[in-house]
Amino acid sequence: MSKPHDSHTEEKSHTVSYGNLVLIWLGLLALTGITVALSGFSIGRWVIITALTIASVKSLLVMNVFMHLRFEDRMFRVFVSVALLTLAIFLTLTFFDYAFY
Amino acid sequence: MVKAESLVAPVEPDFYHAPTKHRGILAWILSTDHKRIGILYLITMLFFFFTAVALGVLMRLEMLTPGKTIVEPQTYNTFFTLHGIIMIFLFIIPGIPAVFGNFMLPLLIGAKDVFFPRLNLLSWWLFLTGGLLALVSVFLPGGPADTGWTFYVPYSIRTSTNVMPALFAAFILGFSSILTGLNFVTTIHRMRAPGMTWFRMPLFVWSLYATAWVQVLATPIIGITLLLVALERFFGIGIFDPAMGGDPVLYQHLFWIYSHPAVYIMILPGLGVVSEILPVFARRTIFGYKFIAFSSVAIALVGSLVWAHHMFTVGMSNTAMFIFSFLTFLVSIPSAIKVFNWIATLYKGSIALEVPLLFVLSMIVQFSIGGFTGLMLGALAINIHVTDTYFVVGHFHYVMFGGTGFALFGAIHYWFPKIFGRMFAKKPAVISWILVTIGFNALYFPFFVMGYMGMPRRYYDYLPQFQPYHIFATVGSWILVAGLLIMAINLIVAVRRGAPATANPWGGKTLEWTVSSPPPAENFHEIPVVTKGPYDYSEYEETPLEAT
Amino acid sequence: MNAQVQAAVPVHEHHRDDVGTKIGMWLFLFTELILFGGLFIVYAVYRFKHPAEFQLAAKELDTFVGTANTIILLTSSLTVAMSITSIQEGRKRLSMLLVALTILLALAFLVNKYFEWSHKFSLGLYPQSPELLNKPQGEILYFGLYYVMTGLHALHVIIGMIVLAFMVVFIARGTINQRSFVKLEAGGLYWHLVDIIWIFLFPLFYLLH
Repeated sequence: MSKPHDSHTEEKSHTVSYGNLVLIWLGLLALTGITVALSGFSIGRWVIITALTIASVKSLLVMNVFMHLRFEDRMFRVFVSVALLTLAIFLTLTFFDYAFY
Repeated sequence: MVKAESLVAPVEPDFYHAPTKHRGILAWILSTDHKRIGILYLITMLFFFFTAVALGVLMRLEMLTPGKTIVEPQTYNTFFTLHGIIMIFLFIIPGIPAVFGNFMLPLLIGAKDVFFPRLNLLSWWLFLTGGLLALVSVFLPGGPADTGWTFYVPYSIRTSTNVMPALFAAFILGFSSILTGLNFVTTIHRMRAPGMTWFRMPLFVWSLYATAWVQVLATPIIGITLLLVALERFFGIGIFDPAMGGDPVLYQHLFWIYSHPAVYIMILPGLGVVSEILPVFARRTIFGYKFIAFSSVAIALVGSLVWAHHMFTVGMSNTAMFIFSFLTFLVSIPSAIKVFNWIATLYKGSIALEVPLLFVLSMIVQFSIGGFTGLMLGALAINIHVTDTYFVVGHFHYVMFGGTGFALFGAIHYWFPKIFGRMFAKKPAVISWILVTIGFNALYFPFFVMGYMGMPRRYYDYLPQFQPYHIFATVGSWILVAGLLIMAINLIVAVRRGAPATANPWGGKTLEWTVSSPPPAENFHEIPVVTKGPYDYSEYEETPLEAT
Repeated sequence: MNAQVQAAVPVHEHHRDDVGTKIGMWLFLFTELILFGGLFIVYAVYRFKHPAEFQLAAKELDTFVGTANTIILLTSSLTVAMSITSIQEGRKRLSMLLVALTILLALAFLVNKYFEWSHKFSLGLYPQSPELLNKPQGEILYFGLYYVMTGLHALHVIIGMIVLAFMVVFIARGTINQRSFVKLEAGGLYWHLVDIIWIFLFPLFYLLH
């Protein structure tokens, strides 16, 4: 999508307000609290799934707001998806060796 | 330096003679000009390449007879380890991207340099450092590593040879590769000339783009894996040591998760070079531009899914074996698509048998043989019979050397006039091509036969029935080296004494041929505006091509 | 002629391309992500093979310290993100202060880590220690991974602190200012990645009960 040559001056960049940043931070703290609390319960195999889900939500918040991904060109989100997909593929295919006979 | 035939008004000196910030050798080793950096890579790689060739020659001498011929077994082990490390990490992986990617990419897209010129220089310094560290490891007490370039655990943890310097050398070289990939992705996204849409880019650029992504995404895995082995050796952490619960097969997974995509880092730019050279010497536009462009991306993608085909005999689950074999078969499809499109490009073209095309033709045949034997290796039933034999050695030399190596030879002859402003002598170049092609095939084709008959790889000693093949191959290696030496000498002489080259001696259609040979320091007087796709030879067609 | 070119335009003034700089930075972050990703793969495989022993070994870790460190890093991400908002508003001093605060929080993280590791060493839980070698293999693997992953992470915290220190200097000198702050954005991006890695390390090592 990106034009090879920016022939116009840079647009005014997007600012995230202090308030919004603090809000996200509070959300992150809340999620941390939840994940710590949940680990106290005996939910067996679900421990890992809930913990990773919550960690993923926290990461999405950090990436989208703190790292500004939500407000950048869509291409950046495509790139991030490619990188995450690559890692997921490495992990999954490796597990074909360990999880099956 | 005024050249009467130059297509561009000669108002400025070429980049060799333009004023620089530093003087003397510093004007080279501290330069951020992508053209100078490309040449720096060329010179340092040449040195590493011929070192590894010498090791190969010695290996083939040793294999002339069963038992000892010229060296002890331990020495032989270090020979093939070093030969592999140098050829793979110091020659073929950086290879075409570092030399021709660096020199040509900005020119091909109509830019003045890459996006991060200083990072580019850092890449070369890291390359040099890693290379020197690898060579120094030979002379430190303990002797050079004898693990094979694959550093398999647990042996790499236990051996007392200089594995640590080799590991760190490879780690540093990985960094160099990552930074180059990062640079190229950014450059291609942001610095294409106005009008150069994605589908007007030369195919070499597409191949560099796909390669660059693999460099960025796959290389870190080898980084962490080698780091883990180093930590294992130093601290006894226990991650791969079976005595503490470590899994050597897991090491192999991690190692090949990078090292298989690495072979696509090696071949993709070579395939791009072929797509670049064929239209010029067939005077035809490339057949199936979009297919070739997408196939580069497809190879990068699918090639990242097949790594465990290096591990079919180590005891993986049946499920894993089946899936990886299937995926391996899949990755042959985009490669084959390229070959078909190339042949279609040549068909009914107006062929000019110039030297670059000669190397490309050898390359296509050899790459096909290599690819086909790769399919054979991907079949589980065959694999258990030929794995870790000379069959594998034959396969990868056919793709990496017969494929990428020959593509590199083609590239160097193709872009020689642009880089050095001189033309090389044709006759010695043709002779070198003949010798190199004959020598290469004489050396490596017997490997398939030997391997199939059961000759194991990396073995110092062997049964007498293999000797005739070994002798044949070794003689082939001499012919090959003779050809390489003639090629090198011919080109080195031409740098100084070749006839001055015009801006466009081959009749190319891509942007690098619109500037002087050699190019001026900033490449273009004015950034071009692109209105057509590359390889428009419509004036040679009976019916003109439609505009892209 | 007949190359791809039909006309040419005069050379543009060399101008900044912040988007390109950010692309480069994100690509570098991907390499860091996959570097740690390799370690996560090793963790996943070994935990899959030794689930009970991983749980047992995890009892040695102090959840309170781990949680505190998580909160510290999350807060440090907040402060560095706020520093960008303030430089966009032209508030140079506030921006410098926020980056400095980020560095202080990072230091607190490292101090905690130091005490954690020291405590474990005093218990004889370090690579090749007799106590550790006596334990079941799953536990040896757990601690090996613990030291490598948190150690590598701590190294990146240190690198991040150095990068952020440079940012403070750049802001002070005016190299980073209201109109040109992509360097600070890049530094911030690096820091957030360090935070994200810890966001995953924390539950995998501390919350296994």
